[in-house]
Amino acid sequence: MRVGLFVTCVNDALYPRTGIAVVKLLERLGVEVGFPAGQTCCGQPQFNTGYRRETEPLVRRFDREFAPYDYVVTPSGSCAAMVRDNYPRIGRKAAAEHRGHELADAAARSVPKTYELTEFLVDVLGVVDVGAYFPHTVTYHPSCHGLRMLGLGDRPLRLLDAVRGLELRELAGAEECCGFGGTFAVKNADVSAAMGEDKVRNAVSTGADVLCGADNSCLMHIGGILRRQDAPLRALHLAEILASTEEEPHV
Amino acid sequence: MSGTYLGMPSFPEAAREAVHNETLRENLRHATHTIRDKRAKAVAELADWAQLREAGRQIKDRTLRHLDEYLVQLEKSVTAAGGTVHWAADADEANRIVAGLVKATGEREVVKVKSMATQEIGLNEALEAEGITAYETDLAELIVQLGEDRPSHILVPAIHRNRGEIREIFARTMSEWGRPAPEGLTDSPAELAEAARLHLREKFLRAKVGISGANFMVAETGTLVVVESEGNGRMCLTLPETLISVVGIEKTVPTWQDLEVFLQTLPRSSTAERMNPYTSTWTGTTEADGPRDFHLVLLDNGRTATLADEVGRQALRCIRCSACLNVCPVYERAGGHAYGSVYPGPIGAILSPQLRGTESEIDASLPYASSLCGACYDVCPVAIDIPEVLVHLRERVAGQGGKGHRLEKAAIKAAGWVLNHPAALAAGEKAASKTRGLHPRRLPGAAAWTDSRDLPEVPPEPFRDWWKKNRT
Repeated sequence: MRVGLFVTCVNDALYPRTGIAVVKLLERLGVEVGFPAGQTCCGQPQFNTGYRRETEPLVRRFDREFAPYDYVVTPSGSCAAMVRDNYPRIGRKAAAEHRGHELADAAARSVPKTYELTEFLVDVLGVVDVGAYFPHTVTYHPSCHGLRMLGLGDRPLRLLDAVRGLELRELAGAEECCGFGGTFAVKNADVSAAMGEDKVRNAVSTGADVLCGADNSCLMHIGGILRRQDAPLRALHLAEILASTEEEPHV
Repeated sequence: MSGTYLGMPSFPEAAREAVHNETLRENLRHATHTIRDKRAKAVAELADWAQLREAGRQIKDRTLRHLDEYLVQLEKSVTAAGGTVHWAADADEANRIVAGLVKATGEREVVKVKSMATQEIGLNEALEAEGITAYETDLAELIVQLGEDRPSHILVPAIHRNRGEIREIFARTMSEWGRPAPEGLTDSPAELAEAARLHLREKFLRAKVGISGANFMVAETGTLVVVESEGNGRMCLTLPETLISVVGIEKTVPTWQDLEVFLQTLPRSSTAERMNPYTSTWTGTTEADGPRDFHLVLLDNGRTATLADEVGRQALRCIRCSACLNVCPVYERAGGHAYGSVYPGPIGAILSPQLRGTESEIDASLPYASSLCGACYDVCPVAIDIPEVLVHLRERVAGQGGKGHRLEKAAIKAAGWVLNHPAALAAGEKAASKTRGLHPRRLPGAAAWTDSRDLPEVPPEPFRDWWKKNRT
């Protein structure tokens, strides 16, 4: 099994620790991980802002870079959803515009092998207990794309439940959007901030030390509000919790 | 659409005020959360909800694909049943037709059952210009009309008003429109309802002309259907001598049997009821019962153009249940007025820019009035993929290159070049990491992002550099 890590542009530039955690976690589980250096961005910010044609080179790039791998694993529900939902759409539209089937073919190759991290762990590797140790109280925010577009269901919670030392606290209004939404946070800053502040209020009221999620873009938004408010909990990617062990704890 | 919404500012601007109005936010939060929980329970009762949703989607899609044929069939059926069909290409034509029909009766007053189509075309204002007064009879519509206000929700047009405000509006304005509010009116719901009942009863009994919309039109029989909760609609439909129904062409269903699906999905999605309290159906005219004259005005007003768009046309499946409003976190905070249309919320964000075009500031901003969280798609009883249409419309707006989008396009193009040249991307990341001490947590000026959030710290090295050092 050859697994290509799609680290995503946000994680590469701003949250390298999440990528490192995925590598260590997968290697601990006996998976051989590769990182094609030509990878960049899935194209979601451009696509969702209305620049579909500008994402086409990235669809081709994704297909080309991950061609040698059996699976593509990414620690981002929204980037996985971009590949799974929107790459075929981009392919269909290009074909409808009489520009051939190249993009549709690229999407057809990429879609079936692309997995969000928790899906890959539970569905492909068949593990729930990944041998992690994380002695903290944790609450989980299921990001919208993972929740609704990918249908991750309780996979992340099952993985967290199996972490030794971890106490899980339920988040009120968990399924409500945190208000990030890519360029939405910029174009509709007031509404976005109001949504984020409500999310933070609910998170703080759990009394947890850590708010975790499977999408660093949402966590950047929530974490930014947490820090601005000097809230007593921090935002952390789920992968960093799952990678944490007694021998090599997360700090 | 309605002239009352002309010149609206863009959505972010209109939403700003609502977001900072704590009372409004609390009212909306309470109302939307209550109804969304009730809806979820009502839907969970049906083991075949997924099949009903899919059936509704298919019926609507098939009908829309062959709408030309079904509309001709509908016209034949209505005519055969004693009604008269009029075709209106746009709001002006529809208003002209209705005003002409009312004038022909010699009447100066009409009663109305709540109708989104007539609000869409600004019928009340058009009639007023012709010296005709239209009385809204739905309780919430009455509150909106008396308060010289605009509706802010599809199902609960006065959702933004509390009981105290309603009492004040009734006490102050009812006398200008007809029977005054009783002396010493309090804000108890029973007293408010009774005041409205007495005020409206006089209108129903006097009116010679009724105006309605319809939830559905059955092509095979020429039957129109209105579902409602108060019975006021039924009085408008049965008491006047002349009934004029203004209905969007997309409300057609082929057969009577198709109603079986929607009469289950609509009430559960909208009011969380198993069945709506009043279902009125009427077919042309009937000897010695109901209106003597029946006119159906079939309204296009941008629907044919919407139908021509393969992605966008799914918005025409909408059965106006408002479930998408009640789950939308953006609607919950921004309120209905910010959408600048009689159709607020997620469905309004895709319907209005299609019906009206994307030229105005408000219409160009509506496709962006969503975080694309997908909750609206999940609850939609006819499975309209609202996020898909939003993104599709964003492409249209971005392509127009209007205000703000020229700069955005240049930035996207520049980013696109970098993203297609990994070496350039890696160099940029490295540079950002090297200067990480210099990056501010807040940005000066209009950087809305940092008004309420801290920017993340730039890490000492990007992931790809870690990989190069540790794994290659």
